[in-house]
Amino acid sequence: MVGTFYRSPSQDSAPFVEVGDMVTEGQTVAIVEAMKLFNPIVTESSGVVVEVLVPDGQPVEFDQPLIRLSSSVPADTADAARAGR
Amino acid sequence: MTMFRKVLIANRGEIALRVARTCRELGVKSVGVCSTADRDPRTLRHFDEVVHIGPPSARRSYQHIPAVIEAALKTGADAVHPGYGFLSEDPDFAEVCVESGLTFIGPDADQMAVLGDKSSARKLMRGAGLPLLPGSVEPITDAAHATRAAADIGYPVIIKAVAGGGGKGMVVVRSPEDAAISYLQARATARAVFGDDRVYLERYLDRARHVEVQVLCDGYGSGVHLGTRDCSVQRRHQKLLEEGPAPALAPTTTEAIARAAVQAALAVGYSGVGTFEFLVDAEERHYFMEINTRIQVEHPVTEAITGIDLIREQLLVAAGHPLTLTQQDIQTRGVAIECRVNGEDPDRDFVPTAGVLDRFEVPGGPFTRVDTHAFCGYTLGPHYDSLVAKVIVWAPDREQALNRMDRALTEFDISGRGVRTTIPFLQKVLADPEFRKADHSTALVDRIQAAYKEGSTCLPT
Repeated sequence: MVGTFYRSPSQDSAPFVEVGDMVTEGQTVAIVEAMKLFNPIVTESSGVVVEVLVPDGQPVEFDQPLIRLSSSVPADTADAARAGR
Repeated sequence: MTMFRKVLIANRGEIALRVARTCRELGVKSVGVCSTADRDPRTLRHFDEVVHIGPPSARRSYQHIPAVIEAALKTGADAVHPGYGFLSEDPDFAEVCVESGLTFIGPDADQMAVLGDKSSARKLMRGAGLPLLPGSVEPITDAAHATRAAADIGYPVIIKAVAGGGGKGMVVVRSPEDAAISYLQARATARAVFGDDRVYLERYLDRARHVEVQVLCDGYGSGVHLGTRDCSVQRRHQKLLEEGPAPALAPTTTEAIARAAVQAALAVGYSGVGTFEFLVDAEERHYFMEINTRIQVEHPVTEAITGIDLIREQLLVAAGHPLTLTQQDIQTRGVAIECRVNGEDPDRDFVPTAGVLDRFEVPGGPFTRVDTHAFCGYTLGPHYDSLVAKVIVWAPDREQALNRMDRALTEFDISGRGVRTTIPFLQKVLADPEFRKADHSTALVDRIQAAYKEGSTCLPT
């Protein structure tokens, strides 16, 4: 998906996730808007949000990493929720 | 002079590079788009910027309107060039571009819709005075209607999809007993391939030549033609070799066809580049077939004989410039030929082949142009069409042009595990006595194929 990255469901609401939050697989963590359609971005795995890689309101392209998660399984490498997966 | 600042090229392969080159020459920034299958810097280096728009599937990348539009908005492009194929003849896409504040480089959506629909285009062109093959102007409604219409037209007839293109979904019917079943088959194919099962009937010419006229109009009432091309060398209605000007036609015939095309284009207020396709029979009677409302694969043939950069003209017209060319400025010189080097196996009915190109060397030399996106190490994949390279040669006369093309094809060195190309077949065409005399018709490829198959299966006793 190509579009605009949003961290929260609307302008006035709080972000879906903050750094340090625990997320579970399939949880909505962001929105990418393409031609006025809001597409939820869901995580591919459970873990803790380590970093939000894209500023709110920024255009993103297909397969771009958006949010970095550290897996709750110890010593595993970082995973990311990507646009369009 | 107002010109676009940045153009997004909504395509891939050689045509995306072709458009980017003219953009650079005009000082216009280009934005390329790519799917995951096309992310190779050796191709993408031709663009000023690139947006990754989706996975390999064309439906989810090059044909996915939201991804293409968002890529244009993200990069701040002010216009979109659709190339050929993909979204180039999709009126919805043209409309969405305009709604998103982008100039669509092509005719406007309404015109595209009317001219792209074979049924309405036939009606419109008949009104504009173009001769049509005997046939049904309205879509055929049922099998009985098909049989009746075929009897009126006279056999053989060809059934074509109203929404058709690229030679798909056409069925030739030679006798009344096949009419009903062929009609049903054609409708089923049309439904599956184009999502529109309307079909119409036309007289089928066994020995015809495919002659087309390149037109260029500015939307302010000015239009010119840039000569003719002959595209009779086709297999299953897909072109393999094109040449210009169309050979072995009386100058009066060529002139009549070309003038008719421009007049018809102006009559409908056309804007941009377009191609009017005709069938010409042995008596040089010509019949309008269809209009392509986009740049065509074989446009370099016209560029070679006229010296005019068609993409540049396309961009100028789309940017709102009135035509500065007049018909008198356009003089064709010599003969140009284009061959399509496809990754297909001519010995297995042109089935597409896939693999990595371990070797990829292209021809050079005088008056020889190669348009390609491929390189040594390129993966010829299953996702897109099989065109690997186009080679175009120019010479003062046809004989020299044919020899030059044969020489150019010899210089290609393309190989890879599982990879076959159309080159050996193209060389057979160039050596064919009927083709050398320009006495061929659209039946040429089938005849060469048949002769070859016969020869290869007859073992010496």
